[in-house]
Amino acid sequence: MWKWLHSYADPERAYNLSGKLLPWFAMLAIALIGIGSVWGLAFAPTDYQQGDSYRIIFIHVPAASMSMAAYMGMATSAFIGLVWQIKSADWAAAAIAPIGAVITFIALLTGATWGKPMWGTWWVWDARLTAELVLLFLYLGVIALYASFEDKVLAARAAGILAIVGVINIPIIKYSVEWWSSLHQPSTIRITGQSTMPTEMLYPLLINILGFGLMIGAITLIRFRSEVLARNSMRPWVRTLAKAQGVK
Amino acid sequence: MKKGISFRQAFYTLLKRDLQIAIRHKGDIFNPLLFFILIVTLFPLAIGPEPQILSRIAPGIIWVAALLASMLSLERLFKADYVDGSLEQMLLSPQPLPLMVLAKVLAHWLLTGVPLILVAPLLAVLLHLDSNSYGALMATLALGTPVLSLLGAIGVALTVGLHKGGVLLSLLILPLYIPVLIFATTAIDAAGFNLPYDGHLAIIAAMLVGSLTLAPFAIGASLRVSTN
Repeated sequence: MWKWLHSYADPERAYNLSGKLLPWFAMLAIALIGIGSVWGLAFAPTDYQQGDSYRIIFIHVPAASMSMAAYMGMATSAFIGLVWQIKSADWAAAAIAPIGAVITFIALLTGATWGKPMWGTWWVWDARLTAELVLLFLYLGVIALYASFEDKVLAARAAGILAIVGVINIPIIKYSVEWWSSLHQPSTIRITGQSTMPTEMLYPLLINILGFGLMIGAITLIRFRSEVLARNSMRPWVRTLAKAQGVK
Repeated sequence: MKKGISFRQAFYTLLKRDLQIAIRHKGDIFNPLLFFILIVTLFPLAIGPEPQILSRIAPGIIWVAALLASMLSLERLFKADYVDGSLEQMLLSPQPLPLMVLAKVLAHWLLTGVPLILVAPLLAVLLHLDSNSYGALMATLALGTPVLSLLGAIGVALTVGLHKGGVLLSLLILPLYIPVLIFATTAIDAAGFNLPYDGHLAIIAAMLVGSLTLAPFAIGASLRVSTN
């Protein structure tokens, strides 16, 4: 049943498939982030309490939720790579890690700029903020571990184990606002049931979340393609590819 | 086919071997302990000797020092065995690797965690810790330091094959230590205000049970990657 999937473990096929998917991801991401940001920043109604400064959520919420989604994506591919020994999955995990770190950093930064006018402080040692900071450290640990091995096959496995161990942090971030009485407000978007947010604000936010997800997908594809080329540089198909591009 | 020795025998043999090696190199036991005491000593010198301030920050200081001491002492958990090749013999043995690893981590905790717990009340006196916090301090250390050893062993197993593992190790495992630190210090603070702290203890105990069951597998997998 899953046999068709296995053929994409082959680096050349994975490279070609990701090349085909890349323009779709990139175009959709640009379109959605464009629509969502313009709608959210210019046309969505002003909040009656927070004024216009609430508008940073159109960047902050997508970045924060995608920082967790990217981590789950990285850990899942690391798990696949570790269990089924599929190298393409290891490369995908290695490709996601720096993107996730940057997205986490963006979430922290936008949260801090929102916190200054609203809470009166850049940073509080609150459960959710601290857990998000730990997520950033986990990303950095995975990147550092991956970078410190000469042998990249071993590097990917070691970093993969660390990524899987770090998954324990994800539910802590997700539910921190429900478990502890936290300064960070509880989530307002419900997948089932009524969201506690007016639809004129909700739609641009959801569009931006989707757009951020596609953007991470697009950048991951670019990084994955270069990772595949770097790890297979001695293979004949890479050489023919390089010759076709005019490399001597 | 007969297995040769039972799991229990293998576990105790390895535990005894590690303890004997450590007892013959007494520095391995005392150096992390001295480090722990020195770190704690630095704080009153740096912050000032006012008893109110010290008693307020004592739980944090003791726990951070315990964290650093346990991290430093972890480095030798697999290093010597990796260098002289006995780690590979362990990997090749018919006994399950998570069991062997658990024996090694237990030995490490007995040699570094237990002395730390024993010396902690003395340091708490020096830092003027509230008298009703002592029970919480001992309980959190007793439940928490094994978690530190187990989680740290994953990091050590991942970096044992690297030459420059030291700084990297701290980058890998300190984020994993943060939850233990948070719950332990809030438990001690709660005890200082005469509030119930058994909820915090229960969470640390849950972390201990979770890491006790899952960490040996992660350590085993990491060792297989590192020794390749």
